[in-house]
Amino acid sequence: MSTPTETLMPFDEAMERYEPVLGLETHVELGTASKMFCGCPTTFGAPPNTQVCPVCLGLPGSLPVANAKAIESTIRIGLALNCSIAEWCRFARKNYFYPDMPKNFQISQYDEPLCYDGYIDVEVDGETVRIGIERVHLEEDTGKSTHVGGATGRIHGADYSTVDYNRAGIPLVEIVTKPITGTGRLAPQVARAYVAELRDLMRALGVSDVRMEQGSLRCDVNVSLMPRGGTEWGTRTETKNLNSLRSVERAVRHEIERQAGILDAGGRIIQETRHFHEDTGTTTSGRSKEEAQDYRYFPEPDLVPIAPDREWVEKLRAELPEPPSVRRRRLQAEWGVSDHDMAAMRNADAIDLVEATVKAGAPPADARKWWMGELARRANESGKALAELPITPEQVARVCELVASGQLNDKLARQVLEGVLAGEGTPDEVVERRGLRIVSDEGELAAIVDQVIAENAEVAEKVRNGKIAAAGALVGGVMKATKGKADAARARQLILEKLGVSG
Amino acid sequence: MSELIRKTAAELGRMVASGEVSAVEVTQAHLDRIAEVEPKIDAFLHVAAEAALEQARAVDERRAKGERLGPLAGVPVAHKDIFTTVDMPTTAASKILEGWRPPYDATVTRRLREAGLVIVGKTNLDEFAMGSSTENSAYKPTRNPWDLTRVPGGSSGGSAAAVAAYAVPLATGTDTGGSIRQPAAVTGIVGTKPTYGGSSRYGLIAFASSLDTPGPFARNVLDAALLHEAFSGHDPLDSTSINAPVPPVVEAARQADVSGMRVGVIKEFVEGEGYQRGVLRRFTEAVELLESLGAKTIEISCPSFAYALPAYYLIAPSECSSNLARFDAMRYGLRVGDDGTRSAEEVMALTRAAGFGPEVKRRIMLGTYALSSGYYDAYYGSAQKVRTLIARDFEAAFQQVDVLVSPTTPTTAFKLGERVDDPMAMYLADLCTIPSNLAGNAAISVPCGLAEEDNLPVGLQIIAPVLGDDRCYRVGAAVEKALEDRWGGPLLKEAPSL
Amino acid sequence: MSAITRDEVAHLARLSRLALTDEELDHFAGQLDQIIAAVARVAEVATDDIPPSSHALPLTNVFRPDEVRPGLTPQQALDQAPAVEDDRFRVPRILGEEA
Repeated sequence: MSTPTETLMPFDEAMERYEPVLGLETHVELGTASKMFCGCPTTFGAPPNTQVCPVCLGLPGSLPVANAKAIESTIRIGLALNCSIAEWCRFARKNYFYPDMPKNFQISQYDEPLCYDGYIDVEVDGETVRIGIERVHLEEDTGKSTHVGGATGRIHGADYSTVDYNRAGIPLVEIVTKPITGTGRLAPQVARAYVAELRDLMRALGVSDVRMEQGSLRCDVNVSLMPRGGTEWGTRTETKNLNSLRSVERAVRHEIERQAGILDAGGRIIQETRHFHEDTGTTTSGRSKEEAQDYRYFPEPDLVPIAPDREWVEKLRAELPEPPSVRRRRLQAEWGVSDHDMAAMRNADAIDLVEATVKAGAPPADARKWWMGELARRANESGKALAELPITPEQVARVCELVASGQLNDKLARQVLEGVLAGEGTPDEVVERRGLRIVSDEGELAAIVDQVIAENAEVAEKVRNGKIAAAGALVGGVMKATKGKADAARARQLILEKLGVSG
Repeated sequence: MSELIRKTAAELGRMVASGEVSAVEVTQAHLDRIAEVEPKIDAFLHVAAEAALEQARAVDERRAKGERLGPLAGVPVAHKDIFTTVDMPTTAASKILEGWRPPYDATVTRRLREAGLVIVGKTNLDEFAMGSSTENSAYKPTRNPWDLTRVPGGSSGGSAAAVAAYAVPLATGTDTGGSIRQPAAVTGIVGTKPTYGGSSRYGLIAFASSLDTPGPFARNVLDAALLHEAFSGHDPLDSTSINAPVPPVVEAARQADVSGMRVGVIKEFVEGEGYQRGVLRRFTEAVELLESLGAKTIEISCPSFAYALPAYYLIAPSECSSNLARFDAMRYGLRVGDDGTRSAEEVMALTRAAGFGPEVKRRIMLGTYALSSGYYDAYYGSAQKVRTLIARDFEAAFQQVDVLVSPTTPTTAFKLGERVDDPMAMYLADLCTIPSNLAGNAAISVPCGLAEEDNLPVGLQIIAPVLGDDRCYRVGAAVEKALEDRWGGPLLKEAPSL
Repeated sequence: MSAITRDEVAHLARLSRLALTDEELDHFAGQLDQIIAAVARVAEVATDDIPPSSHALPLTNVFRPDEVRPGLTPQQALDQAPAVEDDRFRVPRILGEEA
C-alpha cells in the first residue's frame, strides 16, 4: 500500500499545474460461438466447469487451433480503427504462473500484433479529439477465481480459492492507444468518450455484446502527469479492470488528483497497478511493477503464423458498417432530435432499438417516446438493459401504429406494452385478450355520455352556463365508465354538443 | 517360447487377417514374453494385459463378422508413455503425473486403435522425453537387451528395448532430438523420425513443441513403414500438422531399391571427435554397400551442423520451460505441501521441486534463462537463426542428393550410470540426429552391424527432405536386405537370448 | 569468468517455481554455467542478416471454423484434481493481486 495519508489536489488546481498523459488498454471479449483455441461454447453464466475441454483446461498433450472467426473479427476491428493489418504475424506465449491460467502461459501476441497504427475520433463537448491506436491484438481470457474465507471475499486474507475455467480461452481482443496528450481538463471525459466510442464500434461491427457489467469489455487506464510547460512525462500508474464508463472517468479524475497531491508534496509516483473502488471513487495500490515481471515472450510453437490474404482484407474493409459517429449524426438529422436527446438515447443504448422501430414503420418521435419513456422505466425497474426486455422493435412499432390509427390511446398502449412484457403475446393478442380497444362505437359512446351527464347534473349545468373548463370532469367520468377505453377528445366533443355549447 | 513373437508385424497381421491365428493368441504370446523379459529389461511402466486381450477379442470378433481387417489389426504394439490413453495411466515417466488418467486419447492412440493394433502397455522413457538413456525416468531405468549393464538409449528407450527383446513387434516413440533414432541404433532395430507435422502431436505430452515428432519402432523396415502409415497423416487438432497425404512409405519399403539414387555423406559427421572407431567402420561399410547396390555417393559439407547441438540445447529447453509450466498442482497430478497455510505459489514450487527430476529442472531453468529479457537475443534468438542456417544447409544438400547418410549416434550403447551426472557428455549422443529435428525433415535409423570393440549394434541414419519419408524407407530397406543376405538373417539374431 | 552466478540460478528457480535446496542450487549453478558457456557458441554465426526460424516448417493460416464441439463433463474435468469444491478446482490461497 502506498502512503495512507495521501492528500488529493483539487482537480481544477491540478489542471492548472499539470498536464495529464493517458493511455488506455481495452479488452473486448469476442462474441464467437466457440472459444479462441478450442470448440467449447462461450455462453456467459453457465454452471462452473461445464464449458471446458482438454485444450482450455491446458491438459498435458492438448494443442490449440485458432478460431477463424476470431481472426476475422480482430481484423475488422483493426480496419474500423483505421489500422494497418499485418502481412505476417505470430502468436506468442506470455509466461507467468497464476492458478486461473491453465497452462501458466497466456497465448497472446507480442511484437507482431495483427493490427497496428490506427486512430479513432471521439467527440467531447463539441470538440473532436483524435485518439491514436498503437495496436490491436488477439489473446485468450483466463478462468475465474472465487476467494473463500477471510472477511471480505477478496483475495487478501482468503483461506483458499476455487477456480472455474469456463471463461478460460474465450477470445479477447486488446486495443491499446498511443499516449493521449494535450487533452487537459477534458482528460477524464476523453477517456470515457473513447471507451464509449469503442463500445459503439464493437456493437456496430457485431463482434461482441460489449456488456461492461459482465466483463465483456474491460478497461485499464494509464495516467501520468507532466508539469505544465515540461517536456518529460511523469511515472505512470495503471488502474486495472474498470467495468463502467463512469468508472473510467472517475478513475482518471481520481488518479490526476492523487498524483498531483503526491507530486505537490514533493513525493514520487510509484509505477504500479492500482485498483479502483466503485464505492469510494478512489484507487488503491496493487502489485508494484518494479518487482520484475519477466514474461519471457516467445513465438507460440503450437500455432503457425497468420498471413492475412490482401484480397480478403480488402473485402472485409469494403464490408465495414457505417462508423457509429457518422451513423449517429445521420440518424439525428433524420429524426430531427436535439443533441441532448440523442446523447440520452446513446447513454440508454436505445439508438439501435429506436432505429429498428422506425424501420418497422413507427414515426421517430413515437419510437423514441416509448423506448425512452415507458420501456426505459420498465427496464430500470427490472434491472435489465433495454435490449434485454422481451419485446421487439417490431412490436413497439405496432403499438405506435395502433395509437396513430386511434385504436389505442397512450394509457391503453402502456397496458399493451405491459402485456407484451409479461409474455401475454403480440400487441394485437394483448389488445384482444385484455379487451383494450378504444370504444369507437358512436352509439355506445353517446349513451355513456348521456348517462354521465345525467349522473352529474350540477356539473352539466355549469357547462351549459358557459363554464366550459368544467367539462373535464365529465370527460373524466366517461373515461372512468369505459375504463379508459374511450377516445377522450371525441368524448369531450360529444359532451359539449349535447350541452349545446361549442368548444 | 512361442514362435509367434519371432514373426514380423506384417506376418502377424496377415496371419490374423487370414484366421491362421487369433489376435488373442498373438496377444497372449506377447504378454507371456513381456512377463518373461520384463524383470530383466524394465521396458514397461504399465502392462495392460486385460485391456490388450479385450482389444484382441474385438479384432477377432470383427474378423468373425466378416469385416476386412487392416494390415496391422491384431498386432501388439507398445506405446510410449508420453501419449495420452483413456484406459491406461499416462505419466511421461514423471512423479508429477503419477497415476494421472487422461480424459482423452492422443490422436496417435486413437489411430492405433482404429487400425486394430493391440496396445499392450505403456513404455518407459526419460522423464518428459528429456534424456538419451532412459535413466531419467522417475520410476526405473530400462536396460539394453544386448547388454543388461548398458542403456537402451533414450528418450524412447522402453519402446526400443521392448521391440529388441521381442516383447512386441512394434512400438511408438517420439523424437525431439533423436529420441527414436538413437535408441533404435543402440538396440539394433529400426526407428523413424517422420517429417515434422507428418504425424500428429495432439495428446503427445509436449517437451519441445517445434521439434517433437511421433514415430515408429520395429525390427524391420517394412514393419516400421506399416506402423508409420497407420498413425500418420493430417490432424485438424494439431495446427502444425501438414495437410498432405502420407508419403508412400510402405510401397517404398517394399521397393528396397537404390539404383541411381544420389546419396550424400555428411562430412561433419564422420570427421569430428568423439566417434567410436567401430561405429565409423560399420558406417563406411554401409556407404560402400550403397555404392555396390547402384547408388552414387558423394561427400556433402553442412558447416552449420556444428552449431546444431548448442542451438538445440537452447530451443528445446526454452520451449520445455513453458510447456512444463502447466504442472503446477492445481488441476491434476501431484500436489505437495498443501497444509492449509501455504499459498498456491509455495505449493506450486514445492510440488514442482518434488515432482520433477534433476534433468527436467536443469532444462526448465536453462530455458527460463534463455528466454529472459536481456538474454533472449543472445541465446534463444541466436539459436533460431542457427535453425535457419541448418535448414539452408539441408536445402543446398538436397539440391545435390536424394538422401544424406551419417552414423545415427557417435558411439554404441554406454553403461548405465556412465553419463548420468555429466549432462554435456549425455547430450553428445544426439549430435547426429538433432539437425533433422531443427529442420523438420525425415530420418530413419537402420542397423548396419556390430562395433568390433564391444559387439554392440551400430545404426545408419538416412535423412530425406521434408515429406520425403518414403526415401528413408526405400534406402533403409535396400540396406537391410543386402545386410540380411550377408548376415543370413536380421542383426538381432546376434543378440543374447534373454 | 562464469556465465551464470548462483544468485541468478536462484532467481531462475523462483521464476520457474522450483523450490530448490541450497545443495541443489550449488549443483545446478555449476552445471548450468558449463552448459551455458557451451551453448553460447550459437552467437558466433547468428548474424543480423539471418532471419530466425521459430517453426520447423513454413506453414501459415491454419484455422478452425467457429463451431462448438463437445468437451468434457464437469466430472471428467474435475476427476483428476487434487481438491474440488462446488464443481470448482480448489486451490491454496493465492498471493498477489486480483486478476
